[in-house]
Formats: sequence, structure tokens, C-alpha cells
Amino acid sequence: MLEKALTGDSKYWGWIGFLLLLIAVGFGAYLRQFNEGLTLTGLSRDVSWGFYIAQLTYLVGVAASGVMLVMPYYLHDHKAFGKITILGEFMAVGAITMCLLFVLVDLGQPMRMMNMIIFPTPNSVLFWDMVVLNTYMFLNIIIGWTVLQNERKGIHYQKWVKVLIYLSIPFAVSIHTVTAFLYAGLPGRHFWLTAIMAPRFLAGAFCAGPAILLLIVFFLRRFTSFDAGDKAIKSLAVIITYAMILNVFFLLLELFTAFYSQLPGHMHAFVYLFAGLHGGHALVPVMWASVILAVIVLILLIPPKFRNNYNLLIPALIMLVLSTWLEKGVALVVAGFIPNPLEHVNEYAPTLNELVISVGVYAVGALIVTVLYKIAIGVKAEVGDAAH
Amino acid sequence: MYDSGKIITGLVIFVALFASPFILNVGGGAPAVPQPSLDTPAIKSMGNPVCVRENMQANHMQVLDLWRDSVVRDSNHTAPGIDGQLYEMSLSNTCMECHSNKAEFCDRCHTYAAVDPFCWDCHIEPPKEG
Amino acid sequence: MKSDRRHFLKAAGVATIGVAAGATAAEANLLDSAKELLLGPKGAAPYPEAKKGARWAMVVDTRKLTAESMEKMIHACNHAHNIPLHPLRKKGDKYNKDEIKWIWEEEFENAFPGQMNEHLPPKVTQNEVLVLCNQCENPACVRVCPTKATFQREDGIVIMDFHRCIGCRFCMAACPYGSRSFNFKDPRIASLEINPEFPTRMKGVVEKCNFCAEQLDKGLQPHCVEACKNGELVFGDMNDPESEIRKVLRNNYTIRRKPEVGTQPQVYYIV
Repeated sequence: MLEKALTGDSKYWGWIGFLLLLIAVGFGAYLRQFNEGLTLTGLSRDVSWGFYIAQLTYLVGVAASGVMLVMPYYLHDHKAFGKITILGEFMAVGAITMCLLFVLVDLGQPMRMMNMIIFPTPNSVLFWDMVVLNTYMFLNIIIGWTVLQNERKGIHYQKWVKVLIYLSIPFAVSIHTVTAFLYAGLPGRHFWLTAIMAPRFLAGAFCAGPAILLLIVFFLRRFTSFDAGDKAIKSLAVIITYAMILNVFFLLLELFTAFYSQLPGHMHAFVYLFAGLHGGHALVPVMWASVILAVIVLILLIPPKFRNNYNLLIPALIMLVLSTWLEKGVALVVAGFIPNPLEHVNEYAPTLNELVISVGVYAVGALIVTVLYKIAIGVKAEVGDAAH
Repeated sequence: MYDSGKIITGLVIFVALFASPFILNVGGGAPAVPQPSLDTPAIKSMGNPVCVRENMQANHMQVLDLWRDSVVRDSNHTAPGIDGQLYEMSLSNTCMECHSNKAEFCDRCHTYAAVDPFCWDCHIEPPKEG
Repeated sequence: MKSDRRHFLKAAGVATIGVAAGATAAEANLLDSAKELLLGPKGAAPYPEAKKGARWAMVVDTRKLTAESMEKMIHACNHAHNIPLHPLRKKGDKYNKDEIKWIWEEEFENAFPGQMNEHLPPKVTQNEVLVLCNQCENPACVRVCPTKATFQREDGIVIMDFHRCIGCRFCMAACPYGSRSFNFKDPRIASLEINPEFPTRMKGVVEKCNFCAEQLDKGLQPHCVEACKNGELVFGDMNDPESEIRKVLRNNYTIRRKPEVGTQPQVYYIV
């Protein structure tokens, strides 16, 4: 099937070439960081995780969201998702690759990465995160590839694939739960120390991931022969709406607990995010932008009349992705470090080199997703399942 | 054969690249394997050797690895030398006290074998002689 | 034909596992014999001067701290452990992002957030206090480390194995006291008067106060304790009822930093 990725028009090759260029530039920036150290980032003694780990957190959600297609399709026989489930699985592969790369570029001693396997340490959440992320990635590669191959041959997938599909459902939940545990189990970080961190992550993931997927679906419908069908689009939009409502609801719960209890540690980070603290305001516009976008998104998504109007749905999805990214891909990780354990406010902003490396990693993910989608759509076209 | 021109050109390039180290070194002969130098004042003035147990040249990586874990993780800092006395297991403070010629004792072979251990990124080198 | 291939693959798989298991066993044997060979029949041992069965802890008597004495103690530590003094990363930075510190001064309200009562005696709040790694009995940093690069010794000291640290900085997120520093750049490029007896670090690893394990193992006191003249720091063995630290703890009311997080700090403060 791989040969399908090797034929394409000039636009396809132009896009591939563009991504390769970004990857090369990102890799160059990484070599600089590799030689000089993480001093080239905006990270500091006080804010020791930043943009890289925030992207990891966001993309784990994108990867986990594949389950929002897999579960309705394979467990509830929701046939409308038949054509796009493969897209969810392949998006997960690209997203997890990016997650692993973001961990790699964040390491101070990447050459010693294998120490995590040489000295396995089950009491570390990071160890389990590595285990579940890798397992989930392989599950999605195997499932997606096998199901597609069988579709091409015109046969039903094998029983063992079904077993893997069932297995992939708890694993999707686990990757985001374990990633939430990275934060939610740390005694000195009040902002993260919340039992609803995992549900919050999952809710955010289950709206943002499918929203990205749906945007891709609209793109494919416009520019390729692949049409997911209105029914699939509309069901997915409903899932996104519910998940977004939960996402906002969970944030409000956090605000209630912090401000009604008046516990200083719990309030500080929120005060820092929404109003600024001790002269630190860097994330205030980010957080308010996220909140305002979220409100607009809910207004556009909840009434079926708006949601079913694609001219409103598409901008709503774009705003949703932006809103959740600002909250989880920027604010959430950084705000956990501010104020620091000694109540000093020292802020963080990513550097250019850091952003170039991040763009490089995103380009790797985009390249993987492009190639896999090219194959999937090629196969669907071949067996006549592309057009609606 | 289809595309024989392309395939044969490709094969020639591949073989040429793959064999280039051999071709470039034809007639040069293999360089002699360097031996670590034991020529330091401390070693010369020593009667019997104290530390060498068995073929250190072949085993020092394992030795240093064991010593490292023993010292850092188990707080066991000393081990008996072959003279029966206790010695501190310390690269900078014991080994290099006598083997003060790092360039001839360590680097020469490491360069030859193209290995780049990171000992000296952290441990302090003995001061240069002379 | 097909079944032959399948059998062949199965046999090859079993053979591979067998060889791998054999190699692992052989290596384990080799390691055992190497251990005897390299560490002698008696094996490796601690220094004879090391105190056995100790549980180390420290009392900081903030009443006795002066700016001068604190500077002496901090300098003793910085020098003994080759702690680099990095310049500001960028001109105009509000704080030193590359900073490495093991023991340093903090305002009372920063060292003890939430314990800043109104109208405290000025001598409590005016002086800065010394903070360092608390050498917690229940350390969060050890719990989260994915490689056991940071671990707890039998004598309670929480220490780093710099050879093993991958620089993930999970421990820095986990530490409730901000006691850990990361080598954002090579420490050797900083101005540094090197103590040849102690290694520097390399870029990309985390470091922190080690309670001067290298001193304790030789039966000596930590460098900061050696540097103080008026009993500002009392260091000793909590398991020894006759030790000075136990006496000091018996005779004075002490507080610890953030007791509510359950880490059981082993650095006590008299205020």
C-alpha cells in the first residue's frame, strides 16, 4: 500500500517538500540546542517545563481522541463513522510520534534516553507514560494498517484485530489519564493537584481532537475525492459539542473550588492566569482569549441550527482548537510553575529557537499524517468507498 | 532487466561508497595499536603495583562502572588493592594520582578506538605535567 | 512449503530467545566473577570512619544567622561542590534563568509561605533564612524519577547519580521546595574556581544539595556546618538519642517548611 504515497500531483509533492524543509530547519535548531543545552530555550530554574511539554500534553489528547470514532464505530456499530475511523487512527499515530519527539527534545541528556528502559522504575509516572504511549502508537499502526489492507482485499478484518481494537479503547483513555497523573500527583503544585485533572484532560481531548479531524475532513471533501458524508460530520459535531461543554464545566469546577475555599495555593495560579500576580501578566491575554473563544464556540455549537450550518461549524471548530490549545498547550503547564514553591513570580516565554524546533516536530507529525492519509484515501478510492 | 542503466549506476555508486574506507587506506597499512603509557614519576617510584588486578586494559570500563555504582549508590568507597590495603575508588583522586599522564594513558587509546567516554565532562583532569 | 517456513520461523524465534537468555545468564555470571575480581574477595566497603546506622538531619537556628555567616556557609558549599556562577542569560533578565544553587538565602515569608503572621518580631522577619534541600524522609522527587537517578540512601540522604540523570526535570516539578537546579548549560563555561576533589556536572542534568554525603562518608561534617562559627547549624544523627541535634530538638520548638505536603523534611528551623 505504501506505493500510494509515492504518486501524487505537484501540490502533494510541494506540500511534502515544504514539510521536509520545515523538518530540516527544525533539526538544525535542535542541533544548536543539543550542543549548547536547554539554555537556548526560555525555560528556567523556576519554570522548568514549558512549550515542549505543553505540546506533549495537548497532542496526547489529540491522539486519545481517535477513540471517539473507534468506540461508536466498533462498539456501537455506528456505520456513519466507517469511513473516517481510519483517519482517527492514523491521526493518533502522527500525534503520538510528535509526543515522543517533544519529550525527546525536552530532555537534557537525550543520549541517555534508554536509561528509562535499562532502569525501569514503576513508581515513576513518566515510566508508565512511556509504556502506554508506545503501546497505543503500535496498536493504532497495526489496527489501521491491517483494517485498511483487508478493505483493499475486500475481506473482513481478522478476529485478532478485533481484540486489538477493544484493547485500544482503554489504552486511549489511559494515555491521557497517565499524562494527567504526571501533573496531578505532585505535592507542591496546587494548580495541578486536582483529582479532576484526568477528566479535564479527557474532555479537552475529546473535543479538540475530533475538531481537528473534522477540519481535515472538510479539507479532504473540498480538495480530494474523499467525502466522509454529512451523517458522520454531524454525529462528530455532536460529540465535540458535548465534550466542549464538559471541558468548560470542569474548568468552572476548578474555579469554584479555588475561590470558594479561598485556599491561597489554589487561587494563586488562577489569579496569575486571569489577572496577573506580582507584576507577572504574560499569560493573562492567553487565558482570556481562550475563555472568550470557548464562550463563542459554545454559542455556535450548542444550537443545532448553528451547528448544522457548515459556514458556522467550521469557524467554530477552528476557534475550539485555538481555545483548547491556548489553555492546555500554553497556559496549563506554565501556570503550574507560577508562582514557584517559594512564591516568587518568575515568568516564561518560549524563545525563537524553541519555537523553530517545535515547528519542526509538528512538521514531522504532519508528514506522517499526510502520508498515511494519502494511502488511506488512495485505498478508499480504489475500492470505491471514497465518494459519498 | 528494466532500467538496467539506472540500477547499475546505483550499484556502482553504492559499492564505491561502501568500499571507500578500504580503497582509501590501500597500501597505508594498519596503524599500530597504541599502548597506554605507564611512564609517570609516581609509577616509577612505586615498588609493587597496587591496583591492577587483571588485565585492566581490557576490563577498565566494567571496573569503573562497578566502582561508580558502588561509590555513588551504595556509599562503598573503598576496595582492597592487590597489596591488601584499602584504596579509595575514585577516578580523579586515586587512579589519576599515579596515572597523571591522561593524554598518554587514556586519550591515546580512546582516540584510536574512536570512543568518547564522558568521564572528563565532570571529573577533573589531573593538571598537565611539565 | 508454507508450513515449513512457519516451522522455521518458530524454531528461529525459540533459538533467538534461547541465545538471548543464555547470553544474559553468561553475562550475569561474568559480572559476579568480575565483581569478586575487581572489588576483591572482601568486596567494596565504606570508609572505616563512616558512621553506621545514622539518619542525618539538620537544625537551622535562624536567631543566630547573620548576613555574614550565611555568606560564609554558602560560599563554602559553592566552592566545595564546584557550583557555577552563570551570568544572566540575557541582559535585562529579571532573574537568573541558568542559576544553580544548593543552599541560599530567602526572606522568611518566602521560605515559610502561609506562616507570615501579622506583627511578628522584626528580628524574625528582617533576617533572611537559609534554605536547602530538605532531605525529605518521604521525597516526592525520588518517587517521580524515571531512572532512579535520584534516590534515597540508607542514611536518609536524597542524592543524585549524575551519571544516570536524563534531564527530564520531573523531579524539579515534584519538589515542593524549589530545591533543585538544572544545568541549562555546561557548568565549565562559567567562572569557576575548581575544587579538584569534587566533580563538576555536565549540561543537561539536575543537581541539588547532597547534605555533603562525600564528607559524611568520611566521618566529617557538611561544609556549611564546618563553616559556621556560632552554632548556626546543628547537624547530627537522629537515631542517636545522645546526639547534639536530638538535644537541640528536645530543648527548642522547631518548625519545618511546608509540613502539610507530607514529605517529612529533615531540616528543622528554630525561629
